[in-house]
Amino acid sequence: MAASLQSVNPTLSRNLSSPNNSSSVAPFRSPFLRFDSTSVSRGFKPLVSFRNASSSAFVTRSAAEPQERKTFHGLCYVVGDNIDTDQIIPAEFLTLVPSNPDEYEKLGSHALVGLPAAYKERFVQPGEMKTKYSIIIGGENFGCGSSREHAPVCLGAAGAKAVVAQSYARIFFRNSVATGEIYPLDSEVRVCDECKTGDVATIELREGDSILINHTTGKEYKLKAIGDAGPVIDAGGIFAYARKAGMIPSAAA
Amino acid sequence: MASSVISSSPFVCKSSSSSSKKDLGFSSFTKSSQISIHRCQKKSISRKIVSVMAPQKDRSPGTTGSVKTGMTMTEKILARAAEKSLVVPGDNIWVNVDVLMTHDVCGPGAFGIFKREFGEKAKVWDPEKIVVIPDHYIFTADKRANRNVDIMREHCKEQNIKYFYDITDLGNFKANPDYKGVCHVALAQEGHCRPGEVLLGTDSHTCTAGAFGQFATGIGNTDAGFVLGTGKILLKVPPTMRFILDGEMPSYLQAKDLILQIIGEISVAGATYKTMEFSGTCIESLSMEERMTLCNMVVEAGGKNGVIPPDATTLNYVENRTSVPFEPVYSDGNASFVADYRFDVSKLEPVVAKPHSPDNRALARECKDVKIDRVYIGSCTGGKTEDFMAAAKLFHAAGKKVKVPTFLVPATQKVWMDVYALPVPGSGGKTCAQIFEEAGCDTPASPSCGACLGGPADTYARLNEPQVCVSTTNRNFPGRMGHKEGQIYLASPYTAAASALTGHVTDPREFLQ
Repeated sequence: MAASLQSVNPTLSRNLSSPNNSSSVAPFRSPFLRFDSTSVSRGFKPLVSFRNASSSAFVTRSAAEPQERKTFHGLCYVVGDNIDTDQIIPAEFLTLVPSNPDEYEKLGSHALVGLPAAYKERFVQPGEMKTKYSIIIGGENFGCGSSREHAPVCLGAAGAKAVVAQSYARIFFRNSVATGEIYPLDSEVRVCDECKTGDVATIELREGDSILINHTTGKEYKLKAIGDAGPVIDAGGIFAYARKAGMIPSAAA
Repeated sequence: MASSVISSSPFVCKSSSSSSKKDLGFSSFTKSSQISIHRCQKKSISRKIVSVMAPQKDRSPGTTGSVKTGMTMTEKILARAAEKSLVVPGDNIWVNVDVLMTHDVCGPGAFGIFKREFGEKAKVWDPEKIVVIPDHYIFTADKRANRNVDIMREHCKEQNIKYFYDITDLGNFKANPDYKGVCHVALAQEGHCRPGEVLLGTDSHTCTAGAFGQFATGIGNTDAGFVLGTGKILLKVPPTMRFILDGEMPSYLQAKDLILQIIGEISVAGATYKTMEFSGTCIESLSMEERMTLCNMVVEAGGKNGVIPPDATTLNYVENRTSVPFEPVYSDGNASFVADYRFDVSKLEPVVAKPHSPDNRALARECKDVKIDRVYIGSCTGGKTEDFMAAAKLFHAAGKKVKVPTFLVPATQKVWMDVYALPVPGSGGKTCAQIFEEAGCDTPASPSCGACLGGPADTYARLNEPQVCVSTTNRNFPGRMGHKEGQIYLASPYTAAASALTGHVTDPREFLQ
């Protein structure tokens, strides 16, 4: 399948072909697993899968249909820069194994419990298992620190749907996509300075121009396209996506 | 704050201009082609140091023969692991993995995903290329932590994993002949780190192994589950930032000071998605353990991997510990680097990272008014044999007792034994342990990751109160060692020892000159 992926996003190639102007390029999260939707050659089935919020029905669509929108709506929880994995999920909770369903739920209940006391409003209320905030707004370098996958997992387990941050640490970003637990979206400006915890917001993901609308302040923000990371997260992570695309054999019976 | 510049999703696939469908992609994941890849590699590894490139298929003339475009070390390692003659930063390539490491915290999750995705009866891609090292939450009564070690034992038994450094008697670490301790130090000590190879681990400090001139980086459970089944991973080739450190290393300076200096320079996101390549006359003078300390904290700058060109020091260390053939690679003279930094090491001074960020750099001597409550010497960053030797040397030179509780946690069994057996140069034959005892430090504890990351509530030396700690560990974000209001000053072993003697953050020159 990989060999039939014709094109890498041209913007990305441009960035990387000029290694010396390192200070001039804004952070850019490239789309991944992009496939040329007009070429159905080499036995690869083009697949756009779409996860319905209320059921796990998957819809296969041909490339000719108009782009799907994906929408998240809910309350925002605002944090600052360099929110590291110890603040997202303190190390003492790493004894919980994410692939165990009970412990997965427990991880969610501890999401962002490592944030200092200055964060008076907690992400998950004491005694609760889930969060009332579906959108996390962050600054620079969200998710820095450890490679622990428990970090994006606990956010997803708690019920968050997306993070909107200025930039991400690479392992956190990669883990978010691989697990399909949460959408790591890039803002173009410092959204965390203009939103407050409790603001009501909508995120619309589209192929060209994804946006974050803060209904409480009335402001809109452009988000960078998540590109081909989107279908992977929609599918439920890298394995689910790879299996759907016929890239790897299904789990043995 | 420097934002990441050339950021990259690791998942974009780009087919190289001349390759056929078979070069990339999942068609090679059926069991038979997995075997054929291994057979190719086995056939070619018949001499001690050989090329590990598999036979090329269907390559157009332009891509055979000598490569005109220069590549950095990391690019070369990844190109070879992807069986390509050339890669450039930004390329997304499928890479063959030489070693996959996991531990007690992430191992159960990684194997859980492996079984869920490949089937309950699935077998790992190569039981000799997986190293399972329990090290994080070992000496604790926490039932789940203990259970996780048991889970790894079951998996290793079932899969016939060759390297499982097991521990069963938690009351006496010495009663466990297989147990090693901190994974990154154990990997090196047991000969699993070899120049030119690709090493992945379910731990961010896997980048430590870059000291051996290999590509080593941390991954999550899902990626690890994927590697367990296929022996491959999709990676984006990172661009390389070059750090040239020249000059003679002052006697009071250590590799920890160098890396804290660099992280303070470029910030915690200064190397995001990039390789940090270290070279220069100072680097050449460093021991392997010091090089490991340097590469260990690459992730604290956001780096994807760190790398140091192998030399006689490297080969001497490696050849004494493994008989697996390897082939080192080196950056070409005309390779492209995305940034160049030069340091004259002789002008540097001991530094610390103040709370609460590894890039919150300050000169140790400018923090001398900071009163501290305790000192912690341990972890993959600062708990190796030479780290303890350095601390002991300073304590001996000072001839005083510590003013605050000083916790010592050797990284591995071997380090622990060295602390008790090796004579400290210039001390008239005393061991580290004797010097530590005379200085009033705590008795060296059972080897593990210990309190570097807090851990279960009963972890030895955990920060359970809002105290100020000088530590030879790698991160000081809020709550890192336990208490959220704990204040952690990251420092070299020399600085940590000096601080223990005064009860304040202290420049080691107070005692070493």
